[in-house]
Amino acid sequence: MGQLVKVGGYVSTLFNKLVYGDKEVRILVLGLDGAGKTTILYRMQIGEVVSTIPTIGFNVETVTYKNIKFQVWDLGGQTSIRPYWRCYYANTDAVIYVVDSSDRDRIGTSRDELMSMLNEEELRGAALLVLANKQDMKGAMSAAEVSEALGLPRLKNRQWTIFKTNALKGEGLNDGMDWLVNAIKGSK
Amino acid sequence: MSWKKDEDSDELGALLNLDHSAVLQEARIFNQTPIRPRQSRLLLAKIVFLLYRGDSIPTIDATNLFFSITKLFQCKDMSLRQMVYLTIKELSTVSEDVIMVTSSLMKDMQPKSEITYRANAIRALCKIVDPSMLPGIERLLKAAIVEKLPSIASAALVSSIHLFTDAKDVVRRWGNEASEALNGKALSMGPSFFSGSANQNQVVSTSNIVQYHAIGLLYAIRQHDRMAVLKLVQTFSGQNKSGGWMSGPSPTLRSNMAHVMLIRYAVRVMENDPSLLPQLCTLLQEWMSHSSDMVSLEAARAVCQLKDVDSRPLTQAVGVLQMFLGSPRATARFAAIRTLNTLARTHPEAVQPCNVDMENLITDKNRSVATFAITTLLKTGNEASVDRLMKQMQGFMAEISDEFKIIVAEAVRSLCRKFPGKHSLFLSFLSGVLRDEGGYEFKRSAIEAIIDLAKNVPECKETALAHLCEFIEDCEFTKLSVRVLYFLGEEGPLTAKPTIYIRHIYNRVVLENAVVRAAAVNALAKFGASSAADPSLQRSVRVLLKRCLDDRDDEVRDRSAWALRMMDNEKTKDKYVRDDSTFALAVLERKLVEYCADPAASLKGKFSFESVPRISRAQEEESRNQARLENMDAVLTGTTISAPSSTRPIGAGISEAIETPGTPMSPGVSGSGFMDEFEQQARYASQLNAIPEIAAFGDQPLVSSRKPVDLTEAETEYVVRCIKHVYDGHIVFQFDVTNTIPEQVLEQIEVAMEPEEDIDGVLEPVVVVPIPELKCNQPGTAYVAFARADTETFPSVSFACTLKFIVKECDPATGEPEEGDDGFEDEYSLEATDLGAGDFMQSTYIPDSHSLWEVLGQDAEAIETFALANFDGIEECITKVNDLLGMSPLDGALKPKSKAAHQAVFTGKWMGRVKTVARTRMTYQKGAGVTMELAVRSEDQGVSELMVAAIA
Repeated sequence: MGQLVKVGGYVSTLFNKLVYGDKEVRILVLGLDGAGKTTILYRMQIGEVVSTIPTIGFNVETVTYKNIKFQVWDLGGQTSIRPYWRCYYANTDAVIYVVDSSDRDRIGTSRDELMSMLNEEELRGAALLVLANKQDMKGAMSAAEVSEALGLPRLKNRQWTIFKTNALKGEGLNDGMDWLVNAIKGSK
Repeated sequence: MSWKKDEDSDELGALLNLDHSAVLQEARIFNQTPIRPRQSRLLLAKIVFLLYRGDSIPTIDATNLFFSITKLFQCKDMSLRQMVYLTIKELSTVSEDVIMVTSSLMKDMQPKSEITYRANAIRALCKIVDPSMLPGIERLLKAAIVEKLPSIASAALVSSIHLFTDAKDVVRRWGNEASEALNGKALSMGPSFFSGSANQNQVVSTSNIVQYHAIGLLYAIRQHDRMAVLKLVQTFSGQNKSGGWMSGPSPTLRSNMAHVMLIRYAVRVMENDPSLLPQLCTLLQEWMSHSSDMVSLEAARAVCQLKDVDSRPLTQAVGVLQMFLGSPRATARFAAIRTLNTLARTHPEAVQPCNVDMENLITDKNRSVATFAITTLLKTGNEASVDRLMKQMQGFMAEISDEFKIIVAEAVRSLCRKFPGKHSLFLSFLSGVLRDEGGYEFKRSAIEAIIDLAKNVPECKETALAHLCEFIEDCEFTKLSVRVLYFLGEEGPLTAKPTIYIRHIYNRVVLENAVVRAAAVNALAKFGASSAADPSLQRSVRVLLKRCLDDRDDEVRDRSAWALRMMDNEKTKDKYVRDDSTFALAVLERKLVEYCADPAASLKGKFSFESVPRISRAQEEESRNQARLENMDAVLTGTTISAPSSTRPIGAGISEAIETPGTPMSPGVSGSGFMDEFEQQARYASQLNAIPEIAAFGDQPLVSSRKPVDLTEAETEYVVRCIKHVYDGHIVFQFDVTNTIPEQVLEQIEVAMEPEEDIDGVLEPVVVVPIPELKCNQPGTAYVAFARADTETFPSVSFACTLKFIVKECDPATGEPEEGDDGFEDEYSLEATDLGAGDFMQSTYIPDSHSLWEVLGQDAEAIETFALANFDGIEECITKVNDLLGMSPLDGALKPKSKAAHQAVFTGKWMGRVKTVARTRMTYQKGAGVTMELAVRSEDQGVSELMVAAIA
């Protein structure tokens, strides 16, 4: 992480201060249970893999990336918790949607949840970063397959992208975060 | 916290006027980014204030509020987070979906989190989890219990105690951790009795409060295992020589509060197993000399409360308490005097050595201590010390508030009973305080004390009446004037010079308001109607009453006219003035209320006084006294002196006092249950009338059993009790059935009754009312009714009873029978039910039973002598006779004064109509049993014989 901060350098720091002041960027991490949301959150925050248990409720942490402070909300993905996602939609700048690429059975459910979420008025301006996680698993779908299964190409009026990731190794997360930083700068 | 400093009293004023809708509006700031910690914290404080104040927030608002508050978890401000925990705890019962913060709280209670967070997060988490989620956090909680940091260990222990109520099975598994926390350092030296293996964590507890909480949890877990509790007590007793289970030095209790709890547990062990008393009593004696006041006070208190305590430990305990009476700390003095006060009720002689110390406390600046000191002294004092005591109190009266004056007046009242010889002293004290300023309640208790004295000590009656007369000459309380006038009317006519009182009473007619005037007229009427009144007195009263006919108030005129008419007629005089019975007032009140509430009642006819049972004035008086004593007890045993409880209406006081479960009835007072009995009969009647077949038998049964009879042993599968109701032409057996098996639902429950003798032509079964369905612990009632084919015969017969029903299995949780289970028929035999002469007898008090006895004469008498060898004492015999006769025992009938001989009188009405009096004499000789003579006189000679036969 330390190295990453340096990459931004002085100019980017100044730029960020000018644009955002001290305001934090608010991000929701959503997805079905067991997709790897909590692992991704802590991988981003402390750069380590922590042992997790199913999240009953939510975790919220501040993540600094390229001198921008992100306030990241990781909401539990269990069926019983999903109805409460909407309580946290307000003022969200971006949504990170995490998919277990090896879970072909539930990709449909994942798509339904994603679509009903994107239809919410409160999330109209939020950027969407889809992470096709668990690429290390055997038989994992490719980013293109996941994208197609979720129906991403048919999205309209939405700034979105998809990256393949492996949260255990940390692969692909930085690409995603870079995209997010640009997406948010662009929209401001 | 910083805000306390800069928010001054203005903020407090604003808090008091908080409105919850405004606060909920403000809660929007929780959703803002970035979070504003200070504002948010203040707002949370307001919310918590509202909740503590008892404001109810609708669930939907509370839930919205809760979700807003969850957003505050993004902020790391420590004081804000603490308020968040607190608010979540308070909202946990009002809001829905509180499990949404589970993960956040679990994270905060992890060992790597801030210390301040951890303890608070544990407490909040335990409020929001439901038992099904508990196993998920079990590991974390167990670790927290044995945590080194006291705040965390305490939080986990206290939370576990709370969780124990709902999740016993899970929490039970934490016994090892609890005992580890309890034993603290000592554990490393030797294995404790609970956990030989569980010392992998070396616990060094620095705070003693953890021990207090740990002992609480451990007891909660093991409370039903008597041996475990005993061992717990022994572990800390320092008596390692007695058992081989201790290998090292015994652990010590560093927390005094834990020690106090230990003493209480020890007492509970003793209550369950009296054989341990000697051993544990020695322990208590040791603990009485503990260095901590708290512990030695508790140990002394425990000894004082033991039921069968030897005099030696008791003396020691009193000695310890005596020492504390001189303590500079008010709490210690209070604890000591309060314990002595309780002890003085049962063992006044044991408290006597403290008399001098207690007298010093009368002037204690803590008035609670002073009040207890006085009331205790009055119990322990001897006649000689009373003079000094009263003098001290006199000096003290002006300084204390009315509440305490009432207590003093009550104390003097009981003292009057104890030392009647000192009546003049008490009377002058009481009349003295009556002259002083004081509120209604206080004056009332002083008046009642004087009245009590006048009733019980004949030689001071006239002086007492004179004091009362003086009082009403200048009395600002209408109610008290009325009370005194009533009493003057009762007692005045029987004195040597009734004319004195008449003057005072007539003064009221001239000077007072209408209510008092009316009461005065009644009092005058009583003088006129009294059998002691000579003709000249009667003439004078008549003159005075005639003057009252011109009064400007209707009621006063009416009463005077009535009084004048009544005085001319001997019969009405008897009925209204000389009658020594009265209505059971509570029942009368209830019936009148029912009558007024039922719009159709007045169409059916006038209010029937017949249905209101009558009791003797003595009984009425007794129940009033009972209620008063219980009120006083409640005041004295409460830690705070609450508002005088005597403001309750007397009637309500009686029924409440009786219905309060667990209120110990003082053994000296009999007949306190009669109100209850009447109430019960009224309930039966309305239950019976709800069944059309039975309602057809008559308005209400003529006679109902006084007490239900158990037809099953205690703690069997089904509990059945029988109550008999007798109508003119029918007899109804009522069976109250309870099913105690959670896994069963019973259907179609009925009782089959098989007479053991031939009853053809006497009783014919007519109606059987089954119970449709009976779930566990929901009592139901079945009936069996017989027609009395021959109403002249009163059969004495026994019935074999069997409970018949269909059993269905069910889910114990829901009580719903399993689908498709048709059940099977089953039977359960009950004990036999007897029908006897006593069942036809209504237990009623009959006024002036002595003259009734004479009037009925020997012609109506049946008499027989019985040798009852199988009784081992008078008391046992009289109780049995009382059960068999089903009649109302007169004063003292059930309380034999001597063990060798006893006489008792009973009254009752056969079939609710025929007046009957029974007299019995009995003697007892060891070896020979009881010899009893029973004589019954009745308006119907046949009844007398039946009643005598009932005993045989």
